Amino acid sequence: MRSLILSTAARYLLPLLMLFSLFVLVRGHNEPGGGFVGGLVAAAAFALYVIANGVEPARQVLWARPATLMGAGLALALISGLVGLAIGRPFMTALWGTAEIPAVGKPGTPLLFDVGVYLVVLGVVMKIMFSLAAEE
Amino acid sequence: MLLAVLLGFAGALAAPLVHRAARRFTGWVMALLPLGLLAYLASLLPRVVRGETVTASAAWVPSLGVQISLYVDGLSLLFAMLITGIGALVMIYAGGYLKGHPLLGRFYLYITLFMASMLGLVTSGNLLALFIFWELTSISSYLLIGWKHEEEKARKAALMALLVTGGGGLALLAGLVLVGIAAGSFELAAVLAGGSLAGHALYAPALALVLLGAFTKSAQFPFHFWLPEAMAAPAPVSTYLHSATMVKAGVFLLARLFPVLGGTPVWTAALVAVGGVTMVIGAALAVQQTDLKRVLAYTTVAALGALVLLIGIGTPGALKAAMLYLLGHALYKAAMFMAAGSVDHETGVRDLPLLGGLRRAMPLTAAATVVAGLSNAGIPPLVGFLAKEYIYDATLGGPLPLLITAAAFAANVLVAVAAGMVAYYPFFGRPVETPQHPHEAPPSMLIGPLLLAALGLAAGLLPAVVSGYVLTPAVSAITGAAGQAVVKYPTTLTTVLALSIATIALSLVGVAAYRRVARGLALANPGEAFGPARLYRAALDGLLWLADRLTALIQSGYLRVYLGVVIVTFGVVVGGTLLARVPAGSLFEGWQDIRFHEALLLGLMLGGLVMAVLSRSRLAAVVGLSVVGYSTAMIFVLFSAPDLAMTQFAIETLTVILFVLVIYRLPRFSDLTTRLEKARDALIALAAGAIMTVLALVVIAEPGASRLAGYFIENSLPLAKGRNIVNVILVDFRGMDTLGEITVLAAAAIGVYALMRLRPREHPDEDQTAQAAERPQVEEEQAVVQEVGQ
Repeated sequence: MRSLILSTAARYLLPLLMLFSLFVLVRGHNEPGGGFVGGLVAAAAFALYVIANGVEPARQVLWARPATLMGAGLALALISGLVGLAIGRPFMTALWGTAEIPAVGKPGTPLLFDVGVYLVVLGVVMKIMFSLAAEE
Repeated sequence: MLLAVLLGFAGALAAPLVHRAARRFTGWVMALLPLGLLAYLASLLPRVVRGETVTASAAWVPSLGVQISLYVDGLSLLFAMLITGIGALVMIYAGGYLKGHPLLGRFYLYITLFMASMLGLVTSGNLLALFIFWELTSISSYLLIGWKHEEEKARKAALMALLVTGGGGLALLAGLVLVGIAAGSFELAAVLAGGSLAGHALYAPALALVLLGAFTKSAQFPFHFWLPEAMAAPAPVSTYLHSATMVKAGVFLLARLFPVLGGTPVWTAALVAVGGVTMVIGAALAVQQTDLKRVLAYTTVAALGALVLLIGIGTPGALKAAMLYLLGHALYKAAMFMAAGSVDHETGVRDLPLLGGLRRAMPLTAAATVVAGLSNAGIPPLVGFLAKEYIYDATLGGPLPLLITAAAFAANVLVAVAAGMVAYYPFFGRPVETPQHPHEAPPSMLIGPLLLAALGLAAGLLPAVVSGYVLTPAVSAITGAAGQAVVKYPTTLTTVLALSIATIALSLVGVAAYRRVARGLALANPGEAFGPARLYRAALDGLLWLADRLTALIQSGYLRVYLGVVIVTFGVVVGGTLLARVPAGSLFEGWQDIRFHEALLLGLMLGGLVMAVLSRSRLAAVVGLSVVGYSTAMIFVLFSAPDLAMTQFAIETLTVILFVLVIYRLPRFSDLTTRLEKARDALIALAAGAIMTVLALVVIAEPGASRLAGYFIENSLPLAKGRNIVNVILVDFRGMDTLGEITVLAAAAIGVYALMRLRPREHPDEDQTAQAAERPQVEEEQAVVQEVGQ
């Protein structure tokens, strides 16, 4: 059973919620938020889309396969740790840039790590959701 | 020098790429690596001959005292040069033997990996590093024996070798740790300098464990059975691992630790007995075989037995004989294995009754085999003759001279007969029709046998060179005392020479009448089927049966049973501790401070809980649970933890959605649980809840239990440049934990996917298209698994 209202609403809510999730992600270091919550918000946005429009349309809207997201997230998190190692500091040493970006603050490896967490969380939830909701 | 050993591992990784570029010439290209190493080792020779020990070291795991240190003396150098020299020939040989094999690159990876590990083993200057290299050789041996993995026989043989040598490896680890504790250091130089441990309390267990490791690796009775089975490997592997180098690792270890563990009555008794029995049994089983490679495998077992026996005797003369025999054996046995492989390769069979008259078709292979075989049989002027001379010399001077010499005599005759079988019957006599029309082997497969056979001859002709450059450094390295180890040909008729002549005469008779001798032995000997191999198979079957039973017992497959066991265990352990340690009554102070809106939330949670438990609709139960979840989130809000609250809201929402998706698939709700079971479950749940409550109260009541909180609050901004402490902890202070957690999360998602999608299909026909559509996703999952693995 498809609801036209929900379906239409989901189409407009998805980008808004995605934007919000990114906002939550980047402000995480100084204000409530972070990669984990951000990823969950993004996942919730897609969950809404799955409920409103079904799995296949959601798969198409999601710009990458869930497994790719998970893999990329893990790789990013790992790389953020390796950066420290590469310049001779211990694994996962936090390194910071000097430039100031509005709302984000100074970019550094923890932000990269957080983006990794965000991608993994989104990928995991979408993977589970697609697995469970797929029509057989 | 460290670089030299590590270079081997780099070479192993590069092997598939080299193969992609070099194709037909991979063998020749890959041989450059061991050749270069050999040249480097040869450059160390003058220093080692002068009696120096070449060392190098670098920290590896400083916290465990593990260093990568190298220790090269006469003994290590002899082994290292055999490993690289024969390694180079084997690489070239394999290029011809496995020509056109689709996975040749992988083969070179494995065999180079083995070479590097073996080189590491013999040059390692640290006991723990030595053990790691030891295990690496077992693993590469497993991969190489199982090379023809589509054959069940090869897989079983590979597993057998791994289990036997790996089991021995565990014993060895324990033994080496004990040696390290007793000697006060894991550095070989310090351990050897410390001298004998014979008086130490840990001597007996250390010796037993080290011997177990050495005996399994060097195929000593009763662990010898894996070696003939390992002949399932391709010929280059048998040549390299299972005759020339890896199986001698045990011998190497015994020689290496000789100053530390050797020379005691226990040592002598154990090594002489085990080595002697192995030598005789190996030789007796060898002449009963018809498969060329199995004949050679059993003569290798006999040779390993003889080496262990000689090290057990432990006199300088015996050690000299051991090193000479080691060198001679490596040269002729590798040549014979390669030649046997060539025969198999060119004719398609390697069974003695099916071969004959190949000398016309394969003259060079025949020549190499005959020369190597003569060395094996102990005919002058080959190095095998000299070795046999000094073996008799050693046994006559050792314990129980009559018995041991008689055993050595019997074994030598039988080994010589076996050598005659391999070197004579396939090449002489009437030509026999073979599955393939025989041709001479290609140059890549000739250079190895010819060169090694020639070296055996050269070593026999130049005993002074062998004494000066090989035996003297090796023997003084074993004993730790400088001295000369000289071998030369006898000039007068001694007992030893008489024994040699008798051996040769009797073995000639044996070769001539070999079929009858073999039958006689087959009648006298219970043979292979009743040996320890049978015990091994029974043990393996028993283990599988036990695992089956145990799994059936503890893995019910019901989530509720697992949860019940976990909760009850937790309850008993934690609850018991709480009852014993925490005074009752003191915990519930301050309940008057609860405010009205907090109590309201608690009531809401209780209501949701009751609804979840009592409802007969799954959807209602989920809603009830989510009421609890959202109320928890509200509590986070009230106690100013916005991050937790946000996360809890998001999680709760997603959980409900996922629940609904699952419920949609479940069958209709029906009540199958009896009242008694419900009461039991309720009891478990209430107890678990009560324990958690008390636990939380105890934690809160403990003032200042956490100094971490203060640290995080103070250092979040200055150290981690973030004002959100929760997030700073997650991504910075405890970033490693988070990395672990998201990895687990990804693994869990794969688990869910597997549960949902990869279950057995009930209707295979109609699902074929579906499966085809799913295949890309399966690959996608594998990609993730690899990513996680990294």
